[in-house]
Amino acid sequence: MSFLEYSQKMAPTGLRKVLHLNWPIIILITSVASVGFLMLYSIAGGNLDTWARPQMERFGVGMVLLFIVGMVPIWFWRSMSATAYLVAFALLLVVEFFGSVGMGAQRWIDLGFIRLQPSEMMKFTLVMVLAAYYGWLDPRKVSSPVYVLIPVLLIVTPTILVLMQPNLGTSLMLILAGATVMFAAGVSLWYFGAVIALGVSVIVGVFTLRGTPWQFLHDYQYKRIDTFLDPTADPLGAGYNIIQAQIALGSGGWSGKGFMQGTQSRLNFLPEKHTDFIFTTLAEEFGFIGAFSLLGLYALIIGFCLFAALRNRDRFSALLIIGVVANFFFYIAVNLSMVMGMAPVVGVPLPLLSYGGSAMMVLLVGFGLVQSAHVHRPR
Amino acid sequence: MKRSPRIAAESNTKLNRRTLFLGGSMAAMFAVLGGRMRYLQVDQADAFKLLAEENRISIRLIPPARGLIQDRNGKLIAGNEQNYRVLITRETAGDVELVLKRLASLIPLTEDDITQTLDEVMSLNPFVPVTVAERLSWNDFSKIAVNAPALPGVLPEVGLSRRYPLDFDFAHVVGYVGPVSEKDLADIEAPDPLLSIPKFQIGKIGVERWLEDDLRGHAGTKRIEVNSAGRVMRELGREEGLPGADIRLTLDADVQNFAQARLGEESAAVVVMDVTNGDIICCASAPSFDPNLFVRGISTVEYAALTENDHRPLANKTVSGAYPPGSTFKVVTALAALEAEATTAEKKVSCPGYIEFGDRKFHCWKRGGHGSVTLERSLAESCDVYYYDVAQKVGIDKIAEMGRKLGLGVRHEMPMSAITSAVMPDKAWKQEKYKQDWRVGDTINASIGQGYVLASPLQLAVMTARIASGRSVMPRLVRSIGGKDVPLVEAPALDIQLESLVAVREGMNAVVNGETGTAKSSKIVDPAMLMAGKTGTSQVRNISAAERETGVVGNDNLPWEKRDHALFVGYAPFDAPRYAVAVVVEHGGGGSTAAAPIARDVILRAMSDGLPPLEAYPESQRGRIDTMLKELPLRDPVTGMAPVKTKA
Repeated sequence: MSFLEYSQKMAPTGLRKVLHLNWPIIILITSVASVGFLMLYSIAGGNLDTWARPQMERFGVGMVLLFIVGMVPIWFWRSMSATAYLVAFALLLVVEFFGSVGMGAQRWIDLGFIRLQPSEMMKFTLVMVLAAYYGWLDPRKVSSPVYVLIPVLLIVTPTILVLMQPNLGTSLMLILAGATVMFAAGVSLWYFGAVIALGVSVIVGVFTLRGTPWQFLHDYQYKRIDTFLDPTADPLGAGYNIIQAQIALGSGGWSGKGFMQGTQSRLNFLPEKHTDFIFTTLAEEFGFIGAFSLLGLYALIIGFCLFAALRNRDRFSALLIIGVVANFFFYIAVNLSMVMGMAPVVGVPLPLLSYGGSAMMVLLVGFGLVQSAHVHRPR
Repeated sequence: MKRSPRIAAESNTKLNRRTLFLGGSMAAMFAVLGGRMRYLQVDQADAFKLLAEENRISIRLIPPARGLIQDRNGKLIAGNEQNYRVLITRETAGDVELVLKRLASLIPLTEDDITQTLDEVMSLNPFVPVTVAERLSWNDFSKIAVNAPALPGVLPEVGLSRRYPLDFDFAHVVGYVGPVSEKDLADIEAPDPLLSIPKFQIGKIGVERWLEDDLRGHAGTKRIEVNSAGRVMRELGREEGLPGADIRLTLDADVQNFAQARLGEESAAVVVMDVTNGDIICCASAPSFDPNLFVRGISTVEYAALTENDHRPLANKTVSGAYPPGSTFKVVTALAALEAEATTAEKKVSCPGYIEFGDRKFHCWKRGGHGSVTLERSLAESCDVYYYDVAQKVGIDKIAEMGRKLGLGVRHEMPMSAITSAVMPDKAWKQEKYKQDWRVGDTINASIGQGYVLASPLQLAVMTARIASGRSVMPRLVRSIGGKDVPLVEAPALDIQLESLVAVREGMNAVVNGETGTAKSSKIVDPAMLMAGKTGTSQVRNISAAERETGVVGNDNLPWEKRDHALFVGYAPFDAPRYAVAVVVEHGGGGSTAAAPIARDVILRAMSDGLPPLEAYPESQRGRIDTMLKELPLRDPVTGMAPVKTKA
């Protein structure tokens, strides 16, 4: 693949690129992340050092990465897609056999200075490779079976590895984001119908095989689904998270209890309050107004990204943006559904808000790709 | 590769269409999320707010101070003492072991204490305080306070715990408190929330138990904010409780102490009752035990020592001991016979030393017989044959009726544990219990308080008080509760003719003051305090025919548990009765030698302000009595301290 396909003439060069960055997205991301810092500060009981400061530092590093990635021409990233995907895939294999076990799952490689989570890396390298694939593929062939099978394999193989870790949340995200890219690329709707049918039968299979030696999921994952279906059945055990989260949300009311006044989170009734359940603290302290505003900010980020994708005439760039934004969207949707009792607790963080370095940095690199695609778009 | 512009445009349109569709779907999903937010935070807000509040607020109980128990003059029997204890919290202590080692250099702590505390500390949440030591002296307690900077996480605290300053004296009557057990909770229908407090102490036996509801008081509450782990964050409000009601008993602590000391190591009981109103002045059972042991948590060794003692220190012999009353019962038979006109005060019965009935011989204690005896002499010299004779004429049912009238075979309700009704047998009773007909031989045995007849020292005191006063006085233990006097009920006159009572009283007078009385060596010579009474010596074993031939073995030659019980009932002053007394000395031998002297000393103590006055004793006995009284291990009247027992 050559970069000659791009009309480089019009693309800004040097520091002038900074002016051509999609600034609204950057500002929106920073605002959402700042809300996150506030919440982490509040959850720690007014202590900056517990979670807020490390999170800010990581955000700072992430923003630098965003700028660097954004300044690098998109055609470089396109040429790197296959390599990045293969590296991430290899690392997934490594963690499968040598990875550390944390939180009951093999998830990272400890490099000493950083804990590398290949599953996180896979999120955007998958999107990149799919976008590159469809950028290369003749649009008329997207629905022919062989050319559908290739991206399906690209999605499914790493997903299986992630599922084996086991990490249900991330594998779900990989499938959803990959499918979205395929959908946007114009793959026939019949395939999606077929996959949905298959998905339903897998779910049926998962439940019929429960309790047999061939069961797909861990017992704790089955239990999570059970408690999702009826959280009140086990109020002090597995259902505790969901019930307490809803109490926190609901008791926030219209305008919330005020900053640092959330009784549910400050008094430790909330589980994982600084990670997966951080939204509950926001909703408790700032109420419906705060929670709805956050939703609005997220919607604006997604909107600006989709708008950037629509305006981008480069197929790779557009699909890459859609892939990144789909990932972003699904994280938000699954996390909020989970916290508000509409989906099982699958352990998915809320993008930009939840405490956690790896996810935050990977996400900002993803937005860096969006910026790169935007800056270097054909004009 | 370059694509044709047409294809590129076509695919771009499709991409845009699908992107817009994606955008629409995402917007729809956000709308659903927003709707859910609205439902939870606006529509259902009130319900969830309530749930959050319930999560947050915890109501803790403040245990009320337990009511005091005092004697009739306000002397403290059961109180609450400040319990200086020291707690440790892992979270603030850091290195718990090091802190405990430092603590051990200040206060007495054994290696075991330290390991035990360490185990407990490590097994609980880091912020939960664990008790290291309790009941510290003020000295040790202040040492800890002074060294506080070197002892992080160590918390000196003051709580209340029950204390019985008169330890041994009231153990049986007042009982003790202990932590609530599963069984206690099961027995109570609607348990007070206080009982759920860990280590909350409630009355286990005696007055502490039966007046628990008055003594306990009502819990105060404090509303505190807790987090999910139960850690207290802050106090939001508090409502003080109501301390328990103070209880004033009818007992006199000084008389009680004297009686307890006088009984000494004997297995014995003494009850003193005010015949005018039924007030129990003294209710002592020996040997006794220290109820403070039970509050503190008795060790298995200490407990075994109490349960394995054949003198049964834990038993309250005054109300739960049922003894054959022996000759003391003759007053009942006499009254029954007089009332049934089976005899008169003057009528004489001849005593040849035995009577024959059927193929059985019933012996009088005096082998040669008493000759011709009147009622008065029959009591004074305790002639058995007289009662064998009159009882057959009266019949058991009338005797039993008289017994019950005088309070025998009846359960006297008082706030004490294990009050027995003992046995006042009659024909129906035997039929029910043994499915056998009553036989005349049973009546003969019962007439002298043997056979089936059983009575507790309390019942004997009530019987004596009723004969002395001519009224159906009821025993009373509680004078006032929470400052309110327990109303005195005027006891109705006994349904017994005065002449009959007088005849029996004269007989009882002769027992002590007559020339031939069985208790003449225990007489009181002060004319204002003359005592009347009746001795009793009840067999606890059957005397075989062979033994009769060879001569009955004397008590001194028998093992302790086979010796006779010694009993005495009496009242004083004879002409204006004030106090009735009943003494039982288990396996003490003869009533006149073992029981009557104790009764005299105790009743004299009840009638005087201090020790029994020597002038009240016959001159020949004064020297011996004086020595005996001086050697009694009495409490210091000022400090209340008992002398240290020196055991040989």
